[in-house]
Amino acid sequence: MSTAEHSVPAIEMKGITKIYSNGVVANKDVDFSVNYGEIHAVMGENGAGKSTLMKMLFGLEKMDKGQILFEGKEVSINSPAEAIALKIGMVHQEFMLVPSLTVAENMVLREEPRKGIFIDHNKAIEETKKISEMYNLPIDPNARIADLAVGIKQRVEILKALYRGAKILILDEPTAVLTPQETEELFRQLLILKEHGHTVIFISHKIREIKQICDRITILKNGRSMGVYQVKDISEGDISRLMVGHEVKMNLDKKPASPGKTVLKVEHLSYGYGEGKLKLDDVNFSVRKGEIIGIAGVEGNGQRELLECLSGLRKIQRGKVAINGNDVSKMSIYDIREKAKTAYIPQDRLLFGVASGATIQENLLANRMDYEEFSKAGVLKEKNFVKTAKELIKEFTIKCDNEKQLVNMLSGGNIQKVVVARELSMPRELIIIDQPSRGIDIGATKFIHQKIFELRDAGTAILVNSADLAEIRELSDSLFVMYEGEIVAFFRSLDGVTEEQLGEYMLGIKKQTPEEIKEAFHE
Amino acid sequence: MLSSFLSAEFFYTIIRVSTPLIFAAMASLIARKGGVTNITIDSTMLMSALTGVLVSAFTQNLPLAIFCGLVMGVVMGIFMGYFHIMMNTNLILTGVAINTFTRGATVMILYAFTGDKGSSSLVKSLAVGNWDIPVIKDIPILGQIISGHNGFTYIAFLSVIFTWYLMYRTPLGLRIRAVGENSSAAKSVGENPAKIKLIALAFSGFFSALGGMYMSMGNMSVFITNMTGGRGFIGVAADAMGRGNPIGAMLASLLFGTANAVANVLQINNFPVDMVMAIPYVVSIAGIIIYSAHEQHKKNSKIKKAIAEAERGEAA
Repeated sequence: MSTAEHSVPAIEMKGITKIYSNGVVANKDVDFSVNYGEIHAVMGENGAGKSTLMKMLFGLEKMDKGQILFEGKEVSINSPAEAIALKIGMVHQEFMLVPSLTVAENMVLREEPRKGIFIDHNKAIEETKKISEMYNLPIDPNARIADLAVGIKQRVEILKALYRGAKILILDEPTAVLTPQETEELFRQLLILKEHGHTVIFISHKIREIKQICDRITILKNGRSMGVYQVKDISEGDISRLMVGHEVKMNLDKKPASPGKTVLKVEHLSYGYGEGKLKLDDVNFSVRKGEIIGIAGVEGNGQRELLECLSGLRKIQRGKVAINGNDVSKMSIYDIREKAKTAYIPQDRLLFGVASGATIQENLLANRMDYEEFSKAGVLKEKNFVKTAKELIKEFTIKCDNEKQLVNMLSGGNIQKVVVARELSMPRELIIIDQPSRGIDIGATKFIHQKIFELRDAGTAILVNSADLAEIRELSDSLFVMYEGEIVAFFRSLDGVTEEQLGEYMLGIKKQTPEEIKEAFHE
Repeated sequence: MLSSFLSAEFFYTIIRVSTPLIFAAMASLIARKGGVTNITIDSTMLMSALTGVLVSAFTQNLPLAIFCGLVMGVVMGIFMGYFHIMMNTNLILTGVAINTFTRGATVMILYAFTGDKGSSSLVKSLAVGNWDIPVIKDIPILGQIISGHNGFTYIAFLSVIFTWYLMYRTPLGLRIRAVGENSSAAKSVGENPAKIKLIALAFSGFFSALGGMYMSMGNMSVFITNMTGGRGFIGVAADAMGRGNPIGAMLASLLFGTANAVANVLQINNFPVDMVMAIPYVVSIAGIIIYSAHEQHKKNSKIKKAIAEAERGEAA
């Protein structure tokens, strides 16, 4: 590389400010620059403005103030097409692939090689092979995207950007969806790109990964830049302090559990027949009154399917699930909620947790509108409605203007609080919680955890799934680990169990004996 | 009566009555692949049918009349796209508004130009003739069935081939499919999904126009108020039944066409007319229900089979 290229950064963003129409300040006077041949981390908590900054660089969002310099010259990037023309590529968190098309078709989309007026399919396949060999990222050009594993899909995304000549590659939380092995493979691929003189911008909030692979780091907090550092010169503790402003420590008063009778019984539950590999394979466990059972595991090992079978969202194919002796497979979702007194806090709050275009009040009380207190002969009693909504907003400290505000105007943490307030404010026998604190701030997380403990102490049976090891250790009284649809380990108590130990079960390196796993089930 | 079903004439009729359905099915397919379910196909057919008739009546120029009819179709497609895609209006509401507007507009225009509200029989319009296929026309039975159809009918079958090549072999088709399935994916590589959708709707309008003009300038040489009689909607159903495959959509159109032909024969044999005319529509609904029930059943039995297999494996 010439010295000229060293002296001028590949990309420089100066004084970037972005305010969303709902008044949220996503970025405020942010300076950011990357050089060719480096892997540059952009770090920050959820909502710190990482994604917004990168979306402006890729032409997906317009900045309100500031300038972008490409190799020292000012440019304006108003669309992805303009970003691509500047050799900037982006791999989004949600893959931008067309599932029914082949790898080669996705690769060449909009830059199709032609033979007359037709697409030259053979050339498309050849080009795909060529680029995959050049960067040592093997791929089958004829495979349909829908059939590929997540890690491979991500590889297609990277190749897609390279095919379009990308020299600067933005990766938005690329490891969030990957298994540890796939993450290692991704890092290998990124180092190859770096060797080729490409720039990688790596958005993440996993400190260890950044330490492992990145050269420099830009830290964002509340939309502002907290500075640029050489990764080797800054400690994990310092990064953490710059990100959150205080040491992340969760000291919650947690009394020992005093479990009562069994509420939830899951026996020989299997799911996923007729689609190849089973998503759940002979799962047995129980949850008793007054205890919190945690599910640990790398995402995508059957946790989601399990919780959706329990809450009635999926039909039980084989095995038995009973809540207080009532067979779940014979109940509608309404019955599971109202007769079996089960609450469910789903992972995807915008999709399943709230009606985002409805008001806070409507969302808070959607599960009790037909109660006598709230309606009569199909007409809502507005007064009681408002009163209860106001109480819940206060009790659960939901930050909003008033109860008539639309839910989609709230931040992620407050939307989650709306879901939690609705689900946990009625007396329930069983509470199923999927990813209680994903994408929400520490304050809201702490609040939700506190609530979970209160309910446990009041005698509720609670089942929690979280991909965050620290969180699941914090919450669980007992815990089981899922790997490839099976329970591979059960810990009655977490005393003396380290994260490293859990990790070995989560990655399928170790598996307990059937006798040990059986402990998860109580008669 | 049985003899009427077994005659070459009956099969000729199937092809004849299927023609507008095939055009409508192709119109629906291209729009739906692009992510827009076009419910204005029927009214687009109507507008083009009228345009073709009036232009031919007043200019006595058939190519010009067909050209104007096609332009009307493309304009109708883009009109729909402009509101739904550019102005972000609700698809169903926009469709219903356009359909309601067209019902009135065609009568009004017809009256303004011919002084009649029921049909264009007061003016003399032109039509495309029937084409004999050399060699094939002399083959017994086969010749009677597939030769001597209206020019539009042959264009209909060619349009199936055209649609297949367009969707699966050209860059535009790839982009239409990509936009329809995951428009953010197309956007991320710099594509403009709105543009692609508008192009898809323009094609949709183009094929609707051909279907409409077949009715008023091929099958008949007169425009009659509401003469499409919901064929555009049957086309949408045929496309849905063909699962987005042009060949499948064509076969489904022929199936519906068969029901129509059966109705014609029964009608001649003094069955109650209204009931007989309901047959194609009942068949359409039944077809779709049977199809989805079959798909559901297939899925369930696949699961059951896999469970049974697993149980056998565990017992052994």
